Amino acid sequence: MEIIIDAEKCTGCTICSKRCPFAIIKMENRLAVIGQGCTFCGVCVEACPFSAITIYKDQEKHVDLSAYKGIMVFGEVRDKKFANVALELISKAREIADQIKTHVITVILGEKINHLAKEALSYGSDKVILIDDPVVKDFRTDAYARVMVDIIRDQKPEIALIGATSIGRDLAARIAIQLHTGLTADCTGLDMDMERRILLQTRPAFGGNLMATIETPYHRPQMATVRPKVMKIGKRDESRKGEILNLKPGITEEKVRTKIREIIKQEQGEVNLEEAEIICTGGRGIHKPENFSLIRELAGLLGGAVGASRATVDAGWIDASHQVGQTGKTVAPKLYIACGVSGAIQHLAGMQTSDIIVAINKDADAPIFNVATYGIVGDLFDVVPALIKEIKKVKGLE
Amino acid sequence: MDIIVCIKQVPDTTNIRIDPVTNTLVRDGVPSIINPFDVNAIEEALRIKEKHGGKVTVITMGPPQAETALRDCLAMGADDVILVSDRKFAGADTWATSYTLSQAIKKIGKFDIILAGKQAIDGDTAQVGPGIAEWLDLPQVTYIRKLETDGQKAIVERMMDDGYESIEVRLPALFTVLKGINEPRMLSLKGKMMAKKREITVWSADDIEAEEHKCGLKGSPTKVVRTFTPTPRGRGEIFQGEIIDQVKELVKRLQEMKIV
Ligand SMILES: Cc1cc2nc3c(=O)[nH]c(=O)nc-3n(C[C@H](O)[C@H](O)[C@H](O)COP(=O)(O)OP(=O)(O)OC[C@H]3O[C@@H](n4cnc5c(N)ncnc54)[C@H](O)[C@@H]3O)c2cc1C
Ligand SMILES: Nc1ncnc2c1ncn2[C@@H]1O[C@H](COP(=O)(O)O)[C@@H](O)[C@H]1O
Repeated sequence: MEIIIDAEKCTGCTICSKRCPFAIIKMENRLAVIGQGCTFCGVCVEACPFSAITIYKDQEKHVDLSAYKGIMVFGEVRDKKFANVALELISKAREIADQIKTHVITVILGEKINHLAKEALSYGSDKVILIDDPVVKDFRTDAYARVMVDIIRDQKPEIALIGATSIGRDLAARIAIQLHTGLTADCTGLDMDMERRILLQTRPAFGGNLMATIETPYHRPQMATVRPKVMKIGKRDESRKGEILNLKPGITEEKVRTKIREIIKQEQGEVNLEEAEIICTGGRGIHKPENFSLIRELAGLLGGAVGASRATVDAGWIDASHQVGQTGKTVAPKLYIACGVSGAIQHLAGMQTSDIIVAINKDADAPIFNVATYGIVGDLFDVVPALIKEIKKVKGLE
Repeated sequence: MDIIVCIKQVPDTTNIRIDPVTNTLVRDGVPSIINPFDVNAIEEALRIKEKHGGKVTVITMGPPQAETALRDCLAMGADDVILVSDRKFAGADTWATSYTLSQAIKKIGKFDIILAGKQAIDGDTAQVGPGIAEWLDLPQVTYIRKLETDGQKAIVERMMDDGYESIEVRLPALFTVLKGINEPRMLSLKGKMMAKKREITVWSADDIEAEEHKCGLKGSPTKVVRTFTPTPRGRGEIFQGEIIDQVKELVKRLQEMKIV
């Protein structure tokens, strides 16, 4: 690709330079000059009032694209059950497959997971590949990457979707390098360009301040990790039939270079943040570590998980695994209740796509109110206990 | 023990604003920082060195101005820093970036541990660390919050979505670190003065024997076709009146939406 500025047309107006999301366009002698790091995003092309900027795309072809058919989903398993994101991806794959008239293959790795094959079919898979073997009992990069690469080489899917979880992102990155193909991380939108049969992958960057649409035009499969809870789980149809294939892993235990010594599950009663439908978060406004018990009580009552701002984690009030935000976890529950959280941009980056946001803060000017669906301006030590009482009342617990 | 740390210079997001008129990121005057997770990676490397001896080498692939980030690494206590920089690397996606960095690491040669951050806060991909491990055929453990080593193997704690795992791995290996792994040290004035005077090694594509068709935009399988700013959520409803009435109103809404 090449980006060219027409010196005849360029007036040196600096609009392109101001709009460039990567701040690499400089003005030299009243003429725009594109510096290092251009990603050919095209923002400047659209911004230029004088049509002085053009991007020339080259017509390279790397692989025989027509040899690749079907959509593959990595069916992530946790405790012998599908992670929600696996079902979300099977449903999304089905939708795209119907659009472009192709099939859906779900790959399931684990031990004693045969029962999941029918479930994968009922959500829309046409084919299920099972690897039921001790070597893939728990996630280990070496074993999972080997098996997935073998299956993709054999099945040649045109698209491969993996959940953007702590397992999926680790795994996908290695597969993409081995297969020499593109991988788009943490997508929140997937659409087909029907004419070119290319997957348009949309994802947030800069902590959600900028969105980018990315494609893999000349390599296959087109790989994406997809953020949990963004795609909707489709209807289950028990009568759906399909092919179930049992395969042996192409790797033995000795070749796996990491050993799991211990699995430490999160504290009892605490729900996995990324999959929680409801999250109650405490910020510095709760003043003391003990006061997390108030947040815990509210979360417990709603069947939700406990989140935390970085300020509370840094203060040592709660474990870092609870942190929501740019340097913590990205969540999108149905309901997010922020108690005593100011709403710094880095915190918002991790939660602003939640369906409903409730903000409780005594400062009416706190930025959290700018993203809140509902806000209560008040002391959380008045509001939260009242809220707990009212919820108990409507739930008939009092 | 020899440790290599991969760092990236990123814009400081605390200062990022959206231009209300053009709806784009305002980058004017936004300072560059070392990616926060990478600072933890350097700190961890220094702590391993302090315990076991050896050498900490920091590398970054980036434009010439990334030199400032490397000087900060020297000031923190890194022994050596290398800037991998060439016009040919421009526009690299994670595939091409991890290839380029792996070539530079091959040129460095000897190492026991490679450390990277969990993810860079500009791209947020978390793919470059595992990518480097794949190019170098190394075992990897991502998202670690604890690392202990005896020089032969490492025992690390990895964050999972529903807890933690304790994992043992033989070295050499690559790890990506979480913020919680340590508290990075402050830069000393003396360190800063010393760092100022150091020559920074710069390696070009030829220096690391990188094949041109695997570098930069040309070597990148993914293409960014469009960027846009998301529509802001907008301010919702702020309840009024007595706290108790506000709470009642809130619960009523949540009930209507069948959440409570
Ligand atoms: C590179 C970088 C990455 C970061 N990543 C993250 C991240 O991932 N997640 C994150 O959360 N932060 C992150 N931060 C930190 C972020 O900038 C903020 O400092 C942090 O989110 C503030 O936490 P807080 O809202 O709990 O505290 P504060 O900003 O101190 O806010 C406390 C709020 O509580 C209110 N309050 C006080 N008392 C009461 C009361 N009695 N009743 C009601 N309200 C009360 C106050 O009005 C105030 O608004 C990051 C920062 C940087 C530089
Ligand atoms: N250009 C680069 N130079 C050196 N290290 C990098 C570069 N890009 C990414 N990294 C490393 O890879 C990690 C993950 O980055 P990313 O995959 O971009 O989210 C970062 O925390 C760095 O440790």
